[in-house]
Amino acid sequence: VNDRSRNVSIIDIVYRSQKPCLRWLLGWLSMSQIHTIAGPTVLKSLCLSLPLPISLSLSALGLCGCRSLSSLAELPEMHQMMRQTCRDYADRELAPIAGKLDKEHLFPAQQVRELGAMGVMAVEVPEALGGAGMDYLAYSLAVEEISRGCGSTGCVVSVNNSLYIGPILKFGTPGQKDQWITPFTTGEKVGCFALSEPGNGSDAGAASTLARQEGEEWVLNGTKAWISNCWDASATVVFATTDKSLKHKGISAFLVPMPHPGLSLGKKEDKLGIRANSTANLILEDCRIPLGNMLGPRGSGFKIAMQTLDGGRIGIASQALGIAQAALDCAVDYAHKRTAFGAPIGKLQAVQFKLADMAVAVESARLLTWKAAMLKDAKKPFTKEAAMAKLSASEAATFCGHQSIQVLGGMGYVTDMPAERHYRDARITEIYEGTSEIQRLVIASQLLKEYVP
Amino acid sequence: MSRVLVGVKRVIDYAVKIRVKPDHSGVVTDGVKHSMNPFCEIAVEEAVKLKEKKFIKEVVAVSCGPTQVTETIRTALAMGCDRGIHVEVSGKDYEAMGPLQISKIFAALAKKEEASLVILGKQAIDDDCNQTGQMTAALLDWPQGTFASEVTIDGEKVKVVREIDGGLETIKISMPAVLTADLRLNTPRYATLPNIMKAKKKKIANMKPADLGVDEPPTRLAGVKVETVDDLVAKLKANGTI
Repeated sequence: VNDRSRNVSIIDIVYRSQKPCLRWLLGWLSMSQIHTIAGPTVLKSLCLSLPLPISLSLSALGLCGCRSLSSLAELPEMHQMMRQTCRDYADRELAPIAGKLDKEHLFPAQQVRELGAMGVMAVEVPEALGGAGMDYLAYSLAVEEISRGCGSTGCVVSVNNSLYIGPILKFGTPGQKDQWITPFTTGEKVGCFALSEPGNGSDAGAASTLARQEGEEWVLNGTKAWISNCWDASATVVFATTDKSLKHKGISAFLVPMPHPGLSLGKKEDKLGIRANSTANLILEDCRIPLGNMLGPRGSGFKIAMQTLDGGRIGIASQALGIAQAALDCAVDYAHKRTAFGAPIGKLQAVQFKLADMAVAVESARLLTWKAAMLKDAKKPFTKEAAMAKLSASEAATFCGHQSIQVLGGMGYVTDMPAERHYRDARITEIYEGTSEIQRLVIASQLLKEYVP
Repeated sequence: MSRVLVGVKRVIDYAVKIRVKPDHSGVVTDGVKHSMNPFCEIAVEEAVKLKEKKFIKEVVAVSCGPTQVTETIRTALAMGCDRGIHVEVSGKDYEAMGPLQISKIFAALAKKEEASLVILGKQAIDDDCNQTGQMTAALLDWPQGTFASEVTIDGEKVKVVREIDGGLETIKISMPAVLTADLRLNTPRYATLPNIMKAKKKKIANMKPADLGVDEPPTRLAGVKVETVDDLVAKLKANGTI
């Protein structure tokens, strides 16, 4: 009891202290006090919560913590406003037409333009280039809310932001940014990302699309597969091998406008889900582009692709969260309304357990996604967290889609209710931008690096 | 032709299912989603449109209520208003407050801010009073263009197309004036992300009704039930109402 009261008074001093360094110092002291009452195991588990042990323990004590973790309890006001705006838009403009877009495979051009006017198509782009100038957490929230309305539209937003604008923002010259980013912030034009090929998906280092220099031009030859948005895109980032002998260090990134002589599109794939979004092959036959269209230094294509996909993972995790949340909302709503055995089915434990499991899956994936986004904003390493976010969110989405149909029973199987669309839309999130298997490899390799014997 | 005052009210969101409190004293408001009154959104949109067409220089968003109404003012700022005024009224006073007190506050503010136009929503979706706009105009002795479905500024006058029972009525009123927005006046915009960021930096001034010379709302007296119409007339004559 004595130890406990000593602890409380130290917490009091720390809480009232204005100087951050003093707080941290006293935080460590109070942690060591906790050691005497809580025992070594609690302290050890607190410490093992790398990479931010101090702030984690401080926020666990209800003290200041660094902004990143205390924000997980409640988002900053601006992010809340932004989230609410996107949610209103999704509820009023996207959810009513999502079924139609899916059935008729229609690209939501009007909605993409409206989202562009709101700044959602270029969330991270600085205002000087025409974007919204917000951080990655804001982008993650925007994609989640948009995907909650319509999964395909969420995919369009995510591909444009993370996969197309992302690499140009990070590796482009000022001239390239003006030419290739600014027109793509308004929603009038969208971009796409061409990395996968018929011969290699997960094996990105084995790109067989070739680029050779001929005078003042690059000539590209090859085929890219599974390119999202391509039928509606006005430009693409293409990865091609410039030096085959250097293996994956010989891949470079190029910016190609669409349409362009030498670039043609294959037939639109007939997909299981996200059908409002076009997916097709990109065929390059002696496609000539100026030398200035190379993105980043020669041979850095693989690095650009990997870094872009790291950020893109958070975008896809957010899309998966939106779809999972929509499936959960649909199931909970139905559980209130549908009666069986004399009461709403929400009273039955079998249904309650399903809903609880779905909610836990969504919320834990959401926290992982927010953490990854905050780490990226703080310019800290976020590869492991992004992979964990994408893995858990996509598995949560398929789980929630599946269970949502189960809760709805027969109604879940027909197109009158959106549950079946969520089930189909969710499936792709486990595959594109890095399959769940690749995510596990990424997480494992990061973990093994942390524990050097 | 410089400044427009726009009133925004924080109400329970239109999509929420309203539930009555167990003690029947009112409606459940705790933890329920609130948002800006839809007619107030239309009013804000009209004011911002007028500013974009350069008819007016500044749009000021005003709301009366407890601290939570600052969220509504921030939404108005994110839609394009330049600054906000929060008239703080809380607790019992807020529950007792009605259109008369609000219009007194707006009248006082319109004079203080030297506004050329006061644009309000035609009614709030929680009480459906449809009184604040009209009362404000009467207190200020300004012309009013209510149920506006089209507003055009023509020099020193405002042409208002009003939706009335018989159809549409076009009137021309001189400024300063009070307008109330009806459903078909415009389609409110979604706040853009850059504007939401800018809204953070815009100022919201805080004041109390007393600062504007408006008295506390009177406590509501209980009603009296009578048996016949004759009794009703007698009672009304007795307390001097007729």
